[in-house]
Amino acid sequence: MELILSLGIGVLVGSGVWLLFRPRTYQVIIGLALLSYAVNLFIFSMGRLTINAPPIVQAGVEIDSTTFADPVPQALVLTAIVIGFATTALFLVVLLASRGLTGTDHVDGRETER
Amino acid sequence: MILTPEHLVIAPILIPFITGVLLLFFEDRERRLKASASILATIALLMVSIELLQISHTDGGRVVVYLLGNWPSPFAINLVLDRLSAMMLILTSVLAIPALIFSLGRWHRAGLHFHTLFLLLLMGLNGAFLTGDLFNLFVFFEVMLAASYGLALHGSGLLRVKAGLHYIAINLAASLLFLVGVSLIYGNTGTLSMADLAIRIPQIAEENRIILESGIAILGVAFLIKAGMWPLGFWLPTTYTFAPAPVAAILTIMSKVGIYVLLRLSLLFFGEEPGISGGFGSPILFFGGLATIVFGIIGVLASQALGRLAGFSVLVSSGTLLAIIGLTQVDITAAALFYLVSSTLAISAFFMLIELVEREQSAISNVLAVTKEAFGEGDEEEEDEEIIGVAIPGSIAILGISFVACSILLAGLPPLSGFIAKFAILTAILNPEGGAISSASWWLIALLILSGLSALIAMVRAGIRTFWAPAVALVPRVLLIEIVPVVMLLFMTLALTVQAGPIMHFMEATAVSLHEPRSYIEGVLKAPPAAPWQMETEE
Repeated sequence: MELILSLGIGVLVGSGVWLLFRPRTYQVIIGLALLSYAVNLFIFSMGRLTINAPPIVQAGVEIDSTTFADPVPQALVLTAIVIGFATTALFLVVLLASRGLTGTDHVDGRETER
Repeated sequence: MILTPEHLVIAPILIPFITGVLLLFFEDRERRLKASASILATIALLMVSIELLQISHTDGGRVVVYLLGNWPSPFAINLVLDRLSAMMLILTSVLAIPALIFSLGRWHRAGLHFHTLFLLLLMGLNGAFLTGDLFNLFVFFEVMLAASYGLALHGSGLLRVKAGLHYIAINLAASLLFLVGVSLIYGNTGTLSMADLAIRIPQIAEENRIILESGIAILGVAFLIKAGMWPLGFWLPTTYTFAPAPVAAILTIMSKVGIYVLLRLSLLFFGEEPGISGGFGSPILFFGGLATIVFGIIGVLASQALGRLAGFSVLVSSGTLLAIIGLTQVDITAAALFYLVSSTLAISAFFMLIELVEREQSAISNVLAVTKEAFGEGDEEEEDEEIIGVAIPGSIAILGISFVACSILLAGLPPLSGFIAKFAILTAILNPEGGAISSASWWLIALLILSGLSALIAMVRAGIRTFWAPAVALVPRVLLIEIVPVVMLLFMTLALTVQAGPIMHFMEATAVSLHEPRSYIEGVLKAPPAAPWQMETEE
């Protein structure tokens, strides 16, 4: 499980960074989205990978911290997803405004001369 | 309800938040209502901040902790007030009031929801200064950044959107680095409370230390991007140049948020008990700061447009502060705090002044940063915007005097506070605790003096071109409401000069408590939860 998760994060980061450095605004926003997926998975993995260990405390049962999933990274991921989604949406609006004003989807607002 | 100091701590976040949200319910046409509401909110902010400063400075420095949801420390997400955060709160509201008054001249009409965005920016700033929790810091950073994206694009226009696109892309990527850093720190220490981290970091096992340190380094990169350290700060001058003047004035403190966090965290995590990680990252801060000063100096000298000159001045100021944080000495830190306040006020006033001075010149000539001579005189006559209001007689004289005052402040010449700040820094560097002055310190001294000289050269050149030898002599028509904020800020620096003694004592006390964070850590971890509600109704 650890290997699959780390490979997944690696692939997402690799493609995200590559897209981030591309000249088209659409590529940049997709790159940022991929990077934020990778970061969210990364935060999640910081709570150790466990299966069948819901963080629910039952009354009268002594707590054994090794059988519990860490709930904090899950809360952090939720916040990060919401904030990342909102800022990406905002970026999308700016991207469209830039396309409308400059007439090109190049990140610098003009095509490079070849 | 009785307001104990603990409850007052959350007011700097709630006041702008509630006002900003309430203003959303009114249409933008009701400008007078919106303007008076937001001015009242910022004045209330200033009064609350002054009260908080007095609370934090009593009894030899108090640490007031507000436990959100009344959870016990260290599990609660907390707000922590100490001298440094109280000082930053005051600086924020002192900058906010003039910027807001300035915007009433014309800028708040240039787009939708100016006042709401402005107040939410203040909320994010105040939250970032008050929070004692790393993830909460991320949330307030995002509030601040989201508002700043809107404000940087306020008024729209091709150049603003182009600059804004880069600004947003860079800051989104920086936010992701922030998250990676925070989660690495959490994964190693199991806590996000800054005070708790300060205790746990020296106890981390040797084999995990490298992961923890890389987490802290990644987090540091995110703050260095905000602070504009070379080579992470290329976005800064462009963004600040194209942002509307009142927004640029308040953005000057946004670059200081990165500095504030670096100062607080580096001394908290690696200050008291150095352990194995003692002094981690300070050489990078020092030499990065020096490189930033050099880059800033080159930029200041090369700038043709005043806006870019101001943008690069922000970099010089950031670089100086970063290099000083890298030195980690109590007396230099005290001087640096004075420099922070003085330079922020000066650059903020300068950004607003530039807009007034360059108002009559064509927008394109400001933007292209080509030499004025080469650009020709044809464009000067174009008046792209209608002039609202009556021109003040002698406006050029007031603008000229303000310009001279800004030059003196930026160059660090007597008699204004820029000189006192630099003098204090140099005195502290030349009298080190150990006795001998290190060769690195000599570099900083040389660069500090050089940066003053270059600011003077650039400002004199720009001043002659603008006031004495313009291609077409035009008297800028400015409203009283637009010149008053600039003069207000300049008078603040005058007050800093006159009251330099007591203020320096305060800064020294702040620096001492920063360098010995025991009282901060204990204050946070031993903070008692608030009494239940019945107690208050009985009284």
